[in-house]
Amino acid sequence: MMNGYVVVIGGGVAGMEAAGQLAENGCLVTLLEKEDITGGHLNNWHHLFPDRRNGNEVIEYLHKHIEHDNITLLKNTIIDSVENSRNKFIIKTTLGKELNADAIVVATGFDLFRSERKEEYGYGIYDNVLTSADLENRFGTSDLSLKNGELPGRIGFVHCVGSRDEKAGNLYCSKLCCVTAVKQAIELKEYLPESNVFCFYMDMRMGGALYEELYMESQEKYGVNFIRGKVSEVGESFNNKLIVKVEDTLAGRPLKMELDMLVLMAGMEISEGSRKVGLALNLKTGENRFFASIDNHYGSNRSNIKGVFYAGSCTAPMNITETISHARAAVSEVMNYLKKC
Amino acid sequence: MGKFGYTISKGRQIDYESNDRSVAEYIYDNEPSFRLCIECGCCSATCTTGNLTKFSLRELQILIKRGENEHVQQNLKKCMLCGKCILVCPRGVNTRNVVILAKQAYQKSDNYAV
Amino acid sequence: MNIEGKKRIWSDYQKEIADDHFFYVRSCIRQSFFPGSEQFFLNLMRNILKKDVYENPAHTTCTGIAYHSDIVPSATIMTVIARHFALMKESGYKNIAISCVTSFGLYTEILETWKHFPKELEKTREYLFKATGREFDIPENIAHTSDIIYKFRDEIANKAKNTLVNKETGEPLRIVEHIGCHYAKMFPKSGVGGAEFPNVLSGMVEAWGGKVIDYPERRHCCGFGFRQYLVQANRGYSVSNTEKKFSSMKPFMPDMVLTNCPGCTMFMDKWQYTIKEMGGVTYGADGESVPVLTYEELAGLVLGDNPWDLGLQYHMVQSEPLLKKLGLEFDSTDKYKTKNGKQMPIPKNLINV
Repeated sequence: MMNGYVVVIGGGVAGMEAAGQLAENGCLVTLLEKEDITGGHLNNWHHLFPDRRNGNEVIEYLHKHIEHDNITLLKNTIIDSVENSRNKFIIKTTLGKELNADAIVVATGFDLFRSERKEEYGYGIYDNVLTSADLENRFGTSDLSLKNGELPGRIGFVHCVGSRDEKAGNLYCSKLCCVTAVKQAIELKEYLPESNVFCFYMDMRMGGALYEELYMESQEKYGVNFIRGKVSEVGESFNNKLIVKVEDTLAGRPLKMELDMLVLMAGMEISEGSRKVGLALNLKTGENRFFASIDNHYGSNRSNIKGVFYAGSCTAPMNITETISHARAAVSEVMNYLKKC
Repeated sequence: MGKFGYTISKGRQIDYESNDRSVAEYIYDNEPSFRLCIECGCCSATCTTGNLTKFSLRELQILIKRGENEHVQQNLKKCMLCGKCILVCPRGVNTRNVVILAKQAYQKSDNYAV
Repeated sequence: MNIEGKKRIWSDYQKEIADDHFFYVRSCIRQSFFPGSEQFFLNLMRNILKKDVYENPAHTTCTGIAYHSDIVPSATIMTVIARHFALMKESGYKNIAISCVTSFGLYTEILETWKHFPKELEKTREYLFKATGREFDIPENIAHTSDIIYKFRDEIANKAKNTLVNKETGEPLRIVEHIGCHYAKMFPKSGVGGAEFPNVLSGMVEAWGGKVIDYPERRHCCGFGFRQYLVQANRGYSVSNTEKKFSSMKPFMPDMVLTNCPGCTMFMDKWQYTIKEMGGVTYGADGESVPVLTYEELAGLVLGDNPWDLGLQYHMVQSEPLLKKLGLEFDSTDKYKTKNGKQMPIPKNLINV
């Protein structure tokens, strides 16, 4: 007995989990994904905090979860328009396909802040300036060499790139970058035990289970150094080293340091795809441009449109654990909604 | 330079490249808890000397890590070794031993011994 | 260094620069310290490029030096600037060409203030009318003269008699470009290329065959700053900034420094003398000092003008090493002679002589 037709927009972590749960609860699900593969950003994460387990294991779990007769997966599919009449939705894709739905789950996720926009850090201009995503890919291929082929002796992490930054247009904290920096610092020290690693932070936001312990481990076991101060500018010296200018705020003096490699902890923004879906469905966004749930406490999956629900990081920065929980909560909301229809 | 009436100012920057951090290395080797410091300032808040003179244990430990030896040597002697700092440190750093080891390191070194 | 990254930033900061019919406002100090520069600009625009550049004899200093030294209050300087706009209106000009970078910074700052605080604009209209009976309009286009030369850099390149190549080695000249702080740091959109990687001078250098050197202290202020040097005892801060910049660029072995601000040119030129006197330190190759030129002087050299007509002999650091590298013909004995050939007194303490 079918409980209803649900379309899930977005085949990342939230979308796949939501689709799996909906199918198990007796719904017919069409899962739409604009890329050629599902999994979203998780495809690029080599190891996950806090326990540094393999990202692939979570992807495998999600893939198995959507292997269900009730789920139709449509890849390379982008939404063109949505008609909403008396709580029935007609979704048209750019390839001309038409889908009918009783409810929609929006799981369109996030994009990483494009670090070229922080011109003073020289991403895309100086050699050896990477983002956290670039570094994670390097871990995957075990290639940590500099542009000239040598291995770095001193590596710096800049926290809050594109977050908590009025100039970048994002006042909010992206929440996950601090713990990612700590995780990547530890991984760097494991690959290159002789190297020196410095994290330049404004505040250390370790607000998740086992995060603070990871921070302690990075200091105690791996000797990662933490300097409180936001890097103001980066220059290239004569021998191609990166010179950072930062205030060592806790010492009360400016600090100048040469680094071989610099990693920018890029923040999270609502994805470009979300914007288009938001327009098609008339969804409200908050000041931080993420989708706005109608209630912060007991309705974080509910949108301003009846029958349209949110799952995952299109509402706010969240880690994988939280994304999966949020997706399951969305399914609970959808099931209750479908019963009343 | 009498004829100019001014001189070129020495910069205030901590020049990480030219600082000698051997004392910090000595302390790390002999007191591993030193690595756990998060510079929260709880030690300075309770410090006896810090309450009455211009002495900050938190700042001292940072400058040890950066290798600002001149400042550290001038201020090390102010610590009374009362141990109140160890009582309050949330991370469990043996701050009193850090001060003792720093004094040892400077004595042992040719460059800094009195 | 990846040039594609810089190009992308430059394309984000494209600025509207007017084409013709400029109202020219001069700089207070440039005529004394770099005598040939403004003259060259007028000659280039009027006689070579056949543009209309108008100077109104009633225009005054913008009082920027006094404003930045806390002597002239902001209401006064707004009225002075408004008076210039009134002169523009009376002479029928809508585009202003500004010779000094601090002045340019002030015009930009005041226009932005008027945009966000319309009451200030109204007050200024009132003050100007009460004081002089004049009325003004906001100009359509604000350009610094280095923006204008940037705009016509290809025309200059086409007429070039000399390119910025070292004739002895065949390599492009290594040129450090230094932009005045007031050009774009406050309002990055008002500068060509923005504030981090400005393009106004590097565009000129590259169009004329040279190579731009990037060094870590590129963005650092030269230390001019007005208040910092008006009082003698404070000049230590000023000279320390220039020393920091030169120490940073020394390993890159620059052949010359190109600037677009009168203060920067003056300080980077004169402080090399001071630093040499204080401690014997120089920053060029073989104990020489690095010549510092304005963009008009460089354009003049590219177009083949006589270096002494451009006023290069009035810098502290003499440009002979640079002229040799360019392969120019020149006669050092002509430097301090009048147009009639009479010998004027020769300055002492010149560097690179």
